[in-house]
Amino acid sequence: MKLADKTANELQELLHSKELTIAELTEATFKRIQELDPKVDAFLALNEEQATKQAAEMDQTDAGERGPLFGLPIGVKDNIVTEGLETTASSLILKGFNPIYNATVVDKLREAGMVIVGKLNMDEFAMGSSNENSYYKNTKNPWNLETVPGGSSGGSAAAVAAGEVPFTLGSDTGGSIRQPAAFCGVVGMKPTYGRVSRFGLIAYASSFDQIGPITRTVKDNALLLNAISGHDEKDSTSANVEVPDFTAALTGDINGLRIGVPKEYFAEGVSEASKQAVKDALKVLEEKGATWEEISLPHSKYALSTYYILASSEASSNLSRFDGIRYGYRTEKAGSLLEFYMNTRSEGFGDEVKRRIMLGTYALSSGYYDAYYKKAQKVRTLIKQDFDKAFENFDVIVGPTTPTPAFKIDEIIDDPLTMYANDILTIPVNLAGVPAISVPCGFDNGLPLGLQIIGNYFDEETVYRVADAFEQATEFHKETPQTWEGAAQ
Amino acid sequence: MAKMTKEEVIEVAHLARLAITDEEAVHFADQLEAITNAMELLNELDTENVEPTTHVLPLVNVMREDKSIEGLPRELVMKNVKEHEGGQVRVPTILD
Repeated sequence: MKLADKTANELQELLHSKELTIAELTEATFKRIQELDPKVDAFLALNEEQATKQAAEMDQTDAGERGPLFGLPIGVKDNIVTEGLETTASSLILKGFNPIYNATVVDKLREAGMVIVGKLNMDEFAMGSSNENSYYKNTKNPWNLETVPGGSSGGSAAAVAAGEVPFTLGSDTGGSIRQPAAFCGVVGMKPTYGRVSRFGLIAYASSFDQIGPITRTVKDNALLLNAISGHDEKDSTSANVEVPDFTAALTGDINGLRIGVPKEYFAEGVSEASKQAVKDALKVLEEKGATWEEISLPHSKYALSTYYILASSEASSNLSRFDGIRYGYRTEKAGSLLEFYMNTRSEGFGDEVKRRIMLGTYALSSGYYDAYYKKAQKVRTLIKQDFDKAFENFDVIVGPTTPTPAFKIDEIIDDPLTMYANDILTIPVNLAGVPAISVPCGFDNGLPLGLQIIGNYFDEETVYRVADAFEQATEFHKETPQTWEGAAQ
Repeated sequence: MAKMTKEEVIEVAHLARLAITDEEAVHFADQLEAITNAMELLNELDTENVEPTTHVLPLVNVMREDKSIEGLPRELVMKNVKEHEGGQVRVPTILD
């Protein structure tokens, strides 16, 4: 029985009819990981012993007490803390770190009955767009093992694309769920800022960071967001708003939907293939009764600079906690307290993390604060206002997720500015805090392309409805990469 | 166009508590100069009458009742400490 291409519903049917047990599903998952992960390198720590034990116990639970995700396997990005399971944020400075509590989302996964199979590789501290900034290894794109999976949630997207797990959690600060989802041909949702608790998410840039689901279908994505959403008293920035059943929004009906298509998302640097795929997608949505108009989000070109000033500033503050005293890596070379701190941090952090810490420290230092930090905060207001204005007349905003498909490993790692430009179409969304999804919408030379659907604050329902209607009308999500060929399970 | 010097990078690295060699400082100076120059794009915009955004949601202070709750057990808290003794974190000697 092939399990890798099954949806949550299909797996539940197999469990319900007793054709499959949770123990068997868990075992099959680890077998597939053992078979494919030496090629894809998506996973860091595996939770096999715990998961196997948990699965056997869960098989005893009555069908009536099982929810839609009960017994299903999930992988978690390595910047989300998991009690008793090594969590490193792909950094040397947290090597061997063994969390003493769970992130709120992890507790919620357990409550939903999900089986955590392991932790997923990422760019160190979620800083990067290719997974090449991991201290541990480079994750590969299952569609072409010579290309990157995107980042920073590259392991999370690659694991789903390879069929190693049907569900993963990622985090998105400037595109870190949507960009790898686009590169790997899977569905990735960045919820509204505040929709999901950040308690236990290792902080990069606190006013942007948001946890979200990566899956193969829109319905599975909505199911997982149902499970992890909600106000949390441990995260004072989590929003106290009602959580709807996101799957109820998947009606297939988008008749009369008004779509805004920002002309800035089709500017120089965006490949012809990406533009064409979005134009084709708009035709599909039109056939289902939606209308679209070209709009302008005039401050889009300022988003990249604004983001790197603000996110780096927040990072420089957040990462000051890594000092080698109470946990994490500790230098052997310490003559004075200052040397202890400086050597610990220099040896423990990678280059991109150092670059952003220095950039943030510079932008916040006296003499530059007004010119960089405060200026960027003001431009953030203008970017947010662009979205507020657009949503007065449109239900969703649609464009490409990324300017190009996945690039080759080592191709641009030495050129930070070119690397940053990967996120040019995803970053404005984080600056505004609105929700957005990436769904597969085509291929360019065998590499997937993503369609980005952006919604108004706390209106993930409309985003999901449009994404699902598109998915139902197309076949892109049914394609599987070459790494699947010959793989068991 | 702002010029980022090696000395400035060394100063910033020091503020951020990062040890850095001269060679690294030269390398980072080139990269950070390119990045900060790209950021100067923002100067095109007149933001004189624009309010800064610190947070996208209307946040308010979150208060709770002032009551004590049990903290984590000391043993557990010490789990990731490299060296500890008598319930205290042990650090290298830094004073003679």
